[in-house]
Amino acid sequence: MLRLPQFEVAEPASVDEAVQILKAHEGRARPMAGGTDLMPNMKHEIVVPEVVVGLWRIPGLKGVRIEEGAMHIGALTTLDELAQHPDVQAYLPALAEAVGMVAGPQLRRMGTIGGNVCLDTRCVYINQTYFWRQALGFCLKKDGTVCHVVKGGRRCVAAASNDSAPVLTLLDTRLLVQSAAGIREVALADFYVANGAFNQAREPDDLVTEIVVPLPAPGTLMAYTKLRTRAAIDFPELGVAVRALPGPDGLLTELDVCVTALAARPVRLAIEPELYQGRPLDEAVIEAVAQLAYKRCKPQTNIASDPAYRREMVPVFVRRALRRAVARGPVAG
Amino acid sequence: MKVVLPLKVNGDDYEVAVPPHWTLLEALRYELRLTGSKQGCDKGDCGACTVLVDGKPVLACLTLAVAARGKAITTIEGLAHRGKMDPVQDAFDESGALQCGFCQSGMMMSAKALLNERPDPTEEEMRLALSGNLCRCTGYTKIFDAVRRAAQLQAEARRVALGQDEG
Repeated sequence: MLRLPQFEVAEPASVDEAVQILKAHEGRARPMAGGTDLMPNMKHEIVVPEVVVGLWRIPGLKGVRIEEGAMHIGALTTLDELAQHPDVQAYLPALAEAVGMVAGPQLRRMGTIGGNVCLDTRCVYINQTYFWRQALGFCLKKDGTVCHVVKGGRRCVAAASNDSAPVLTLLDTRLLVQSAAGIREVALADFYVANGAFNQAREPDDLVTEIVVPLPAPGTLMAYTKLRTRAAIDFPELGVAVRALPGPDGLLTELDVCVTALAARPVRLAIEPELYQGRPLDEAVIEAVAQLAYKRCKPQTNIASDPAYRREMVPVFVRRALRRAVARGPVAG
Repeated sequence: MKVVLPLKVNGDDYEVAVPPHWTLLEALRYELRLTGSKQGCDKGDCGACTVLVDGKPVLACLTLAVAARGKAITTIEGLAHRGKMDPVQDAFDESGALQCGFCQSGMMMSAKALLNERPDPTEEEMRLALSGNLCRCTGYTKIFDAVRRAAQLQAEARRVALGQDEG
């Protein structure tokens, strides 16, 4: 039995009201949408807020619309709604695929896309009970001063574990963020930072209200693959998103890979154009990209799965992702 | 300070006074004494606490009680109707779809949610619908048998009801 620490609950009816409450409590309040990440983290006393700001009464933050060449996704849209949405399946099939692989059916009906984008990082030494963490002398991410993953490490290496992030990263996604100071737009590439203690450029009174995903060019091939021990329960032990754009002649003009669950933020692998440009997306190119990814990805012991095994799985999952992207064919456009 | 919450559980209206940091599962088990929803891992891994909120299967252990205000909640205690078991319950009984039984109420709630949405699910839909419920005893085979049987029983019951209407 895991009980929650005590807190008060605020239930604002608008985003304006929500960010004012968050601002007033200066970091001692936490927003909650589906609660599927925050609730276990509070039960483990990784997060101990005085006030939980429930977002469930706020209207207008749900749903998907296409406007000016971009998909606008309300932050409170559930992962299940997104995975089942016909427009998302047609225009952003890799996103539908990725959010459809988050946890199990119940959690996908509770969890939201805003929550998945803002998911806390995970590590085998942090996602444990207070008692467990205390027995180990705590760690860098919370209550402690040492890292159990990197000996002598000064920077937390807890892993970005959101399945949506690598796909959204490859699509140059922007976030609408509202705070007490107003509304601003943040590029997803600037939103995630390489610090596992908190991997987001997000102030305590910031609320992500909308995810804006530019529609990929017609002809784009995309896919997401995920390594996990049990399909419906586990966070990614490795997540690989791929995006390829062949020209009208079928020869590649762009190819991009983003991996997650290895470091504190999703990592876009810069693939040298010489490797693919002017060539079809065939087995030779797939193998070259897989080997490059193998060279560049070095899993750590931050996740409860053997790092050597995870490393061997990098080229396997890059191959699978590229083959799946080819098999599915181009996105609607 | 406790919060007084109106909760609609299994068709009945309740008012419960709970601390704001209580989960829906705690409100159901410790205030309403509906202990059929199980407190297993209590952190969203096992599915033993699955209940229906407005018809959708969710985990009561990760839902704040206050967030369920005004919503229609169905627990395992609400499946039987006027002393008559739900087809899902009959099917689990007939199929012997349990060993220790701890996961069973969550399994049945996920199965019920599936059959409400898709009365005649494919094999893949069935496996996916139950994938968020962990069973450590059975190996799932008899649970899947039970869901297939429940779909049959439900279809039969519907045919009988239609026949009666015509008669």
